[in-house]
Amino acid sequence: MSGRNRHMPGFRLTLGFTIFYLLTLVLVPLSGLVFKTATLSWARFWEVIASERAIAAYRLSFGASLGAALLNVVFGFLVAWVLARYTFPGRRIVDAIVDLPFALPTAVAGIALTYVYSKHGWIGQYLEPMGIEVAFRPLGVVVALAFVGLPFVVRTVQPVLLDLDPEVEEAAACLGADRWQTFRRVILPRVVPALVTGFALAFARALGEYGSVVFISGNMPMRTEIAPLLIVGRLEQFDYAGATAIALAMLVVSFFLLVAINAAQAWTRRRTGEDPQ
Amino acid sequence: MSAATTRRLGEPLVVRIALITLALLFLALFLIVPVLSVFVQAFSEGPAAYFRAITDPATLAAIKLTLIAAAVSVPLNTLFGLAASWAIAKFDFFGKTLLLTLIDLPFTISPIISGLVFVVLFGAQGFFGPFLIAHDIRIIFAVPGIVLATTFVTFPFVARELIPLMQAQGNDEEEAALVLGASGWQTFFRITLPKIKWGLLYGVVLCASRAMGEFGAVSVVSGHVRGHTNTLPLHVEILYDEYDFVGAFAVASLLALLGLVTLIVKRVVEAEEKR
Repeated sequence: MSGRNRHMPGFRLTLGFTIFYLLTLVLVPLSGLVFKTATLSWARFWEVIASERAIAAYRLSFGASLGAALLNVVFGFLVAWVLARYTFPGRRIVDAIVDLPFALPTAVAGIALTYVYSKHGWIGQYLEPMGIEVAFRPLGVVVALAFVGLPFVVRTVQPVLLDLDPEVEEAAACLGADRWQTFRRVILPRVVPALVTGFALAFARALGEYGSVVFISGNMPMRTEIAPLLIVGRLEQFDYAGATAIALAMLVVSFFLLVAINAAQAWTRRRTGEDPQ
Repeated sequence: MSAATTRRLGEPLVVRIALITLALLFLALFLIVPVLSVFVQAFSEGPAAYFRAITDPATLAAIKLTLIAAAVSVPLNTLFGLAASWAIAKFDFFGKTLLLTLIDLPFTISPIISGLVFVVLFGAQGFFGPFLIAHDIRIIFAVPGIVLATTFVTFPFVARELIPLMQAQGNDEEEAALVLGASGWQTFFRITLPKIKWGLLYGVVLCASRAMGEFGAVSVVSGHVRGHTNTLPLHVEILYDEYDFVGAFAVASLLALLGLVTLIVKRVVEAEEKR
């Protein structure tokens, strides 16, 4: 590998520029969050990040992100399965549409979902008689976050499904397994690591999401206010230190969450890796 | 293989149709209907109202600022993407994994926090606030803040496309060129650039599309001054909050088209890369 270093030119130039750019644009500005928060006393810091309103917002952000990510796992798997295994008219277009939430600006998704799921909207008008209200309720937050997270699950699961060796399934069938047994015992264990990864990506994205949520949620403190909005609220009162305190709390929590999810993923991979081919 | 075994291999037709229907229904309710509604709402009062909304002076000002933000952030992030992918794909060095993680950082940070970062630095009560006020330089609630926040948010996109691509392609052709006497820059322009052009194109398009569509980070630093610090997504919000739904959805339809173009470019690039 050291041979690579010797022959190729441009190492110092490219790495130097990369690090310089990363430092000036990202790392130095981010460190400002820590310094600003440090101007607070511990007592004040705690008061800001553990206020009743903040706790309610964390609970909504976590609950809705969890709900949306689980919804994405179920339906993302279904969509990936259908796209990978079956042929039907329009499959290629459907395949392309899955990336839409990734390409569509979040504000557009926000107003579109709000319109469609409000009481008189295209879908909301059919849900309302059933007693289901989506827009301006916590359920609306789940819908917006599910929209945003869907491609993450589909795009991690789909390649795994396409890579599965059909011979393994044939072997299971020859040995007398019915289709459901083959699915549960042969296919599912292979797909679980990808599902966990997709879940983690969708969940992490949902925790920080803003644009698609603020329109549909209604932003009522204690009820439909998500965690990033707490920061906006503090900034509007020019309470910079309070805003950075909440930002730091969010960053720390999502960091530990990602570490935990990565560990779970490594464990799943080790476990399924031991299965005989 | 017996008929019974064959039957066990695929799902029965009824199950297939049921699964396909369920998947399409889900996609329709969550993706297709909302996006269609943007265009239907935008034209709900006829094409004249639509064109009035998108040629309104405030909309045109928002388009201009959106393009300015993209015109600065996309070239910078492209240059960074090329440098980072060259360094990471062609060399081994200490701390490479850490560098990769740091490049992904803006992906994992809430857009609101990305905007907050620059308010804390350059806002009135920020670290450089007093200095900037003394010298009458405006960054936050002005164009430079919007450009900075946009660059921050879109900074990984080109690098993320190019790094895996360059790693997969290897260095054989570059090494051959160097042995035959090409200079480093010649090798880059004549060998590497043609090899990565499709991935680079998609990275640039994705970066531009995200730059023009960014909402949260820009919203924090903009101050929402109409005709001055308003980008297209922020303009959508203002029109929506004023109950000007035709206007909001008309401007949103421009952004939705941008998203659709991004999807099409992605497909074209994938097809080209497979060839």
